[in-house]
Amino acid sequence: MTPQSSFMIVAAVRNGQLKDLRALLASMNNLPGHADPNNELMPFGKFDRLHFARFVLIEARTAQEIRAFGVTPRPWQPTLAFLGDIDGDMQTFFLELIERAEPGLKKIFSHCEGFSEENQDLLGWMKANNINASATYVNWIGRTVRQIHEEAALHRSLSAYLPKTVDDVGRENVRALRQKLLSYVEMEKYKGRLTLTPPEPTPPEWKMRNLLHMIGVPLILLLLSPLLLVIALIFALRLRMLERSDPELFIRPSREHLAELTVQEDRDVSNQYSVFGDVKPGGVRLLTFKFVLLVTDYLARHIYNRGFLARIKTIHFARWVFMDNNHRVFFASNYDGSHESYMDDFINKVGWGLNLTFTNGVGYPTTRWIIKEGANREHAFKYTQRRHQIPTEVWYKAYPGLTAVDLARNSRIRQGVEIRQSNDAEIREWLSLI
Amino acid sequence: MKESSDFEFDDLQGLLRFGYGKLTDTSFLLLNIVNADLAKKWLETAPISSAVTQDPPPETALQIAFSVEGLRVLGLEESVVEGFSDEFIVGMAGDESRSRRLGDIGSNAPQQWKWGGNAAQVPHVLLLLYATEGGIGAWQKTIEGEHFSNAFELLQELPTLYIGDIEPFGFPDSISQPTVDWMQRQSTDTHERDRYSNLLAPGEIVLGYRNEYGQYTARPLIDPRKDKLATMLPGAEDDPPLKDFGRNGTYLVLRQLGQDVPGFWQFLDQVADHIPEKREQLAAAMVGRELDGTPLVPAHIPGISRKEYENDFTYEQDPKGNYCPLGAHVRRSNPRTGDLPTSACGPVDRLIKILGFGQRPDEDLVASSRFHRLLRRGRTYGPALAPKDAVERHAPVAERGIQFICLVGNISRQFEFVQNAWTMNSKFDGVQDEKDPMLGNREPLMSGESTDHFNSPDPAGPMRTTCHLPQFVTTLGGGYFFMPGLRALKYISALPANRTGSPS
Repeated sequence: MTPQSSFMIVAAVRNGQLKDLRALLASMNNLPGHADPNNELMPFGKFDRLHFARFVLIEARTAQEIRAFGVTPRPWQPTLAFLGDIDGDMQTFFLELIERAEPGLKKIFSHCEGFSEENQDLLGWMKANNINASATYVNWIGRTVRQIHEEAALHRSLSAYLPKTVDDVGRENVRALRQKLLSYVEMEKYKGRLTLTPPEPTPPEWKMRNLLHMIGVPLILLLLSPLLLVIALIFALRLRMLERSDPELFIRPSREHLAELTVQEDRDVSNQYSVFGDVKPGGVRLLTFKFVLLVTDYLARHIYNRGFLARIKTIHFARWVFMDNNHRVFFASNYDGSHESYMDDFINKVGWGLNLTFTNGVGYPTTRWIIKEGANREHAFKYTQRRHQIPTEVWYKAYPGLTAVDLARNSRIRQGVEIRQSNDAEIREWLSLI
Repeated sequence: MKESSDFEFDDLQGLLRFGYGKLTDTSFLLLNIVNADLAKKWLETAPISSAVTQDPPPETALQIAFSVEGLRVLGLEESVVEGFSDEFIVGMAGDESRSRRLGDIGSNAPQQWKWGGNAAQVPHVLLLLYATEGGIGAWQKTIEGEHFSNAFELLQELPTLYIGDIEPFGFPDSISQPTVDWMQRQSTDTHERDRYSNLLAPGEIVLGYRNEYGQYTARPLIDPRKDKLATMLPGAEDDPPLKDFGRNGTYLVLRQLGQDVPGFWQFLDQVADHIPEKREQLAAAMVGRELDGTPLVPAHIPGISRKEYENDFTYEQDPKGNYCPLGAHVRRSNPRTGDLPTSACGPVDRLIKILGFGQRPDEDLVASSRFHRLLRRGRTYGPALAPKDAVERHAPVAERGIQFICLVGNISRQFEFVQNAWTMNSKFDGVQDEKDPMLGNREPLMSGESTDHFNSPDPAGPMRTTCHLPQFVTTLGGGYFFMPGLRALKYISALPANRTGSPS
């Protein structure tokens, strides 16, 4: 199994360069916000380990909101972020980036502080400017871009062939149907029209680290539990007090802002989402936020790694990143369906989870005992998440037209090719997927 | 929660409560205001029907709704207008991104609409006239009165024609309707209610009341200290010092949908090798109901015919769509799902469900239907054409279709969501790149993948696929309107003359 990893290269944009940089990034698109996979600057399509990528200009559009807490906003310089979700490790991917896109990347980064186009060690700079997420979510750990493409091709090929086979042998004789399909796949593989690459061995050091993480985090929490239990009560009461006293902001996003966001949306079956905002002032809030993300990251790594995050089956990749010395937080996700359905799904299915996390962000609707209300205050929630959303200048998805549910189905179809079903009911189930 | 039986039906326009099914003659007028003062004078005395029941039932009815431009022309302050939702203010065709979401692309694109397709074409006023058979002409004369012709310019009279309680393809229409819980007897808390229910909180349909989230939908509220006129308006339940311009009003979504009746039946006839039973079977699979309205799910109460349960069922027993295909029109338009994938037995089971465990990969993709319900009030147009005549090669060609109307409290969460996430979504409930077989456009995905097919899951295994579906329904016009409560109408008609602008 090849585990996934992510990178996020971040650098402040030089004074006066923002407009140029925005125009340069836009030149990579063939639709508003959507990368041309073959663009010259950064030919995303050439990287067969890259799932999703984006360039975002992170601007603090909602920086003034924190004034409601009596806090003066911290200065924020517009910042370029280059994010990607990849198969395998970051180090070798960066080398690939340099091999295939060095001039383009240099041109882009030359708008950033601390980068000179002529004599810059690109690899060193990218590594120095990479920041790690506090939590990441991967829809299906181990599913590679290559596998996704191969399995999609298998499905396409089988669904074109199945009707003819049904005409030949009838739909009731499922064993004969399966046999025909399996022979067909073998023939297509032999002819080189289909490939089903077996998974790579899992890197041993990743396995080891993952195991240590799986055991280590609960172990540490267990060891600390007497202490945590004592603190938890005080913490809970303190949080409840904060919930009651925190100002509630109910600010409607402007139509210009919404138009800027929606013009990038619903051009394909998936969409991107980037949000940026302030962490509520005070140590209690920050600690709560960090702890919740620690747990989120743990659950995403060890439990929710097989196609669903609680009841949500539409997120491909997501990440939560603290920035500006823990004063601000950035969240990015790649999801299926329209923005409205994404948000409604969130409110109705995992409102409690959203509340747990984002109740610590400035502008989030008031929660009760940190899992109640919040997102259920529909208008306040929808306003605030749109207000904090920022446009993504360039977005790339390696498999347009495919949702996470499609990917899971294609994997099940492949599984059925490789592992024989034991009874007719299972064969029928497999055939119904095609 | 209030338990009184005196809901303010006298302040509601009747369409919110009644379908006016007995009033089969209709006239839907799209008007522009040419003289705002005269328009307000007319409005002052216009016999707009309320939602109070009458005995005997009335023989005529009149309803009115305004586009945002209409409200502006009548002199509604911009600060009040800004209280409406963005969808209403921008309009159905006012933003390309919205059109993309609604599936109004290709042959559905607003540029090709007969009306409402661009800002200049959006009518100010929508007037809905209802009368018993043969009575519409006289009724129109009565309501027009003295100021009408100088106040308004008729942009278009939308065609309507009663052809029985069916839509032009021949299926019974408007069976699935939510029942508004006027007395707010049902809890909206998901803990007390995780199953599908047809009973809907009034705030989902009427502004000024609690919706299914137990919240009040944003709407224009007016401070009576700054605007004396507003004292005539009802108070805002959630913000007592303010007056509620939206209360007892609703958003009215109107779409003229052209239906290619011969095209539909001839295509099916050809696919079905000209066998009438097979043809009707396929049609039923696409619609999700048989031609007599019977739903395609197994009867859930043994011994009682399904016909009696035409609106009293869910798809829980048919998760894979073996009886009613997942992509069938009525299943898409109302998947009848509760807040949890299946009803929880006990708190532990509930927790397991909330955390997403113990599910099949294709389960729980569509949940919480109650937040996406529509109250439909559409009317058909064009001469009736029975399926057996429609398949004939020389079937009489005519413009046929439906003036689709729905009333909602939140256009984006209700109408736009149903249209986008359910009807036009090529991935709805895990279907494979297909759109609504009846309503959908046939535009391919960005990746070039076609969407012009329809799958019927089959218990035997392989799905039955119908390929190369032509587009049967085309959007020909549309707009978002606001249908005010009666006191808000009085407020509008009393707006001072000096505020009026001229139509832009």
